[in-house]
Amino acid sequence: MSRVVLVTGVARYLGARFAKLISGDPAVDKVVGIDVIPPPFDIGRCEFVRADIRNPVLGKVIAGHGVDTVVHMNVLATPREAGGRVPQKEINVIGTMQLLAACQKSKSVRSLVVKSSTTVYGASSRDPVMFTEEMAPKVQPRSGYAKDSIEVEGYVRGFSRRRPDVDVTTMRFANFIGPTVRTPMTEYFTMPVVPVVLGHDARLQFIHEDDGLAALRLATVEHRPGTFNVAGDGVLMLSQALRRAGRAAVPLPGLASSSVGAWVRRANLASFSPEQVQFLTYGRGVDTTRMRRELGFSPKYSTAEAFDEFVQARCRGGVLDRERVHRVERVFAGLLGKQGQVDG
Amino acid sequence: MADAQRPRKRPATKKVPPRTKPESDSAHGQGGPAGNGAAGAGAAGDGKPRQGTPVRPNPVEEMLTFLGHAAKALLGEEAEERLTEGLAFLRRRLTGEYEVDLFGFDKEFTEAVLLPLLRPLYRYWFRVEVRGVENIPAEGAALLVANHSGTIPVDSLMTQVAVHDEHPSHRHLRMLGADLVFRLPVVADVARKSGTTLACNEDTERLLGSGELVGVWPEGFKGVGKPFSERYKLQRFGRGGFVSAAIRAGAPIVPCSIVGAEEIYPLIAHVEPLARLLGLPYIPVTPTFPWLGPLGLIPLPSKWIIQFGSPIPTDELGAGSAEDPMLVFDLTDRVRETIQHTLYTLLTERGNPFR
Repeated sequence: MSRVVLVTGVARYLGARFAKLISGDPAVDKVVGIDVIPPPFDIGRCEFVRADIRNPVLGKVIAGHGVDTVVHMNVLATPREAGGRVPQKEINVIGTMQLLAACQKSKSVRSLVVKSSTTVYGASSRDPVMFTEEMAPKVQPRSGYAKDSIEVEGYVRGFSRRRPDVDVTTMRFANFIGPTVRTPMTEYFTMPVVPVVLGHDARLQFIHEDDGLAALRLATVEHRPGTFNVAGDGVLMLSQALRRAGRAAVPLPGLASSSVGAWVRRANLASFSPEQVQFLTYGRGVDTTRMRRELGFSPKYSTAEAFDEFVQARCRGGVLDRERVHRVERVFAGLLGKQGQVDG
Repeated sequence: MADAQRPRKRPATKKVPPRTKPESDSAHGQGGPAGNGAAGAGAAGDGKPRQGTPVRPNPVEEMLTFLGHAAKALLGEEAEERLTEGLAFLRRRLTGEYEVDLFGFDKEFTEAVLLPLLRPLYRYWFRVEVRGVENIPAEGAALLVANHSGTIPVDSLMTQVAVHDEHPSHRHLRMLGADLVFRLPVVADVARKSGTTLACNEDTERLLGSGELVGVWPEGFKGVGKPFSERYKLQRFGRGGFVSAAIRAGAPIVPCSIVGAEEIYPLIAHVEPLARLLGLPYIPVTPTFPWLGPLGLIPLPSKWIIQFGSPIPTDELGAGSAEDPMLVFDLTDRVRETIQHTLYTLLTERGNPFR
């Protein structure tokens, strides 16, 4: 059973929230959080150790605290978080390799939980409508976070072959969303006008931040080895999500092409990496049957509910704000003498 | 605040009362939060004070009131309800308060926008005649297999209208499309929203597994892009993947023969270098395209007959037989032969394609 948990990446928002959540769990005696900078967030009873996962000193931390469960949350989604694509890749790939090397040497580690992402499935016109865990991407992502995630998962699989006695749980999360979390997607939806790919509408899935952390907690405390897609029920179309957020969309023919994408990047509006543009063009859906059956987890919020929570907190007062549209409808309905029907 | 109101409003818009006289003023009866007594704001024609809309009368308001009256005068009292429904529809579309399924199928969009756009073409241009619609099961999974033709796949759209409009349970035909469909801008978007998904085993099985009526055109581009001289000659039926999917799901196969689509754009030649350059399967040359420019895109008004044949059951075969290539080939051939024979029969019956 889990007693001492090591969490990587606690200086980032989700890492910190998870450290706090798990440190309050009765099944866990001690939580050690590591990162290169002290966490700017509340991490509860978690003990912070300043360490770089790219440094072999990590092995000493694991041995010193007698860590039995490692939760790896330090795969960075954007270059901005790392200070450039080169350090991002180094933290993601080399960092994971070092962490796994330390785990392999350790005698105390019994279980490893990796926070991965559904970006490993890529996004293309040839995708099936729902990816199950054993499917491979139809078009292999060749850059950025998606490629890093694929490589990270590859090393994790290698580790689980070499240490079959360690339970390995890989969790592929859909995009996190909610009232407080900040990701490239949340920043995208909070832009005043949102560029979209002309003539395409992506299917999106979200996982509410609370649900995502609850799923990680479950995997950490309960030892459920395997690979799981984690996403809220249902899908939202990108156009539909934008309307729910009251945002005006600007269809651009060449969002994928370098010039428009570069302009948006330069204006610092959002960081459009090629694989994100692919995602916003074709979208992606993942099958969560295994999450329900084998992980035994059911999210509280569906994709649409999670997105609405986010809109409530972050997207009020857009051009097509829901309240405003409702008001206009009431005015028109009033003119038609059907006030009661609309207002209920 | 907004949260508290929203759930109440949504169901309210749906309960359109039985068509009583508009004078029965449902505002009083239902007594919503609008009872703030801002009387006269949206005064309608019947002289009663109106509630809600806490807006002071102003030029815009008066203009709108006038428009309201004008609409009533033009469209009659009954139109009120339709207009209110239309407003609710617009509001749902503007605020994203509608549902799409996992495939991105937008039922509301398909029923309210796409099908009405296709209907005139279906009824008045191609004068589609449908036979054997009772062969489509009223519920549960089934696989509709049809011949493909016409240079531009209008036949699939017309079949979609036929199934929805003529079938008593107004089923939606969930079609399988080539990956090119999902690569082309606009086409990709509309295809997803109208319930089309990629023709791959995973999606076919998922659709059949959830009890949908699935439509497949196994000839693919070989069928749509064949020259006019080869009209009504069925091409190879893919690799029979659709048959194994149907066997695995135990879904009946409904052969569907479409006559009329071959004549809409008689294909004379291909411009191969240009097609290769653009990454398209073909660029057609027809008697009108590209010679007449955009006018060449108008399809010729041929007479159509769509016949749904008797379903071929697959549930007695057992799931293991999907792995038996001989059986799959045989069944594929049987479906193909059925469609081919029906096509010949229908052609003789139809006679002149432009009557």
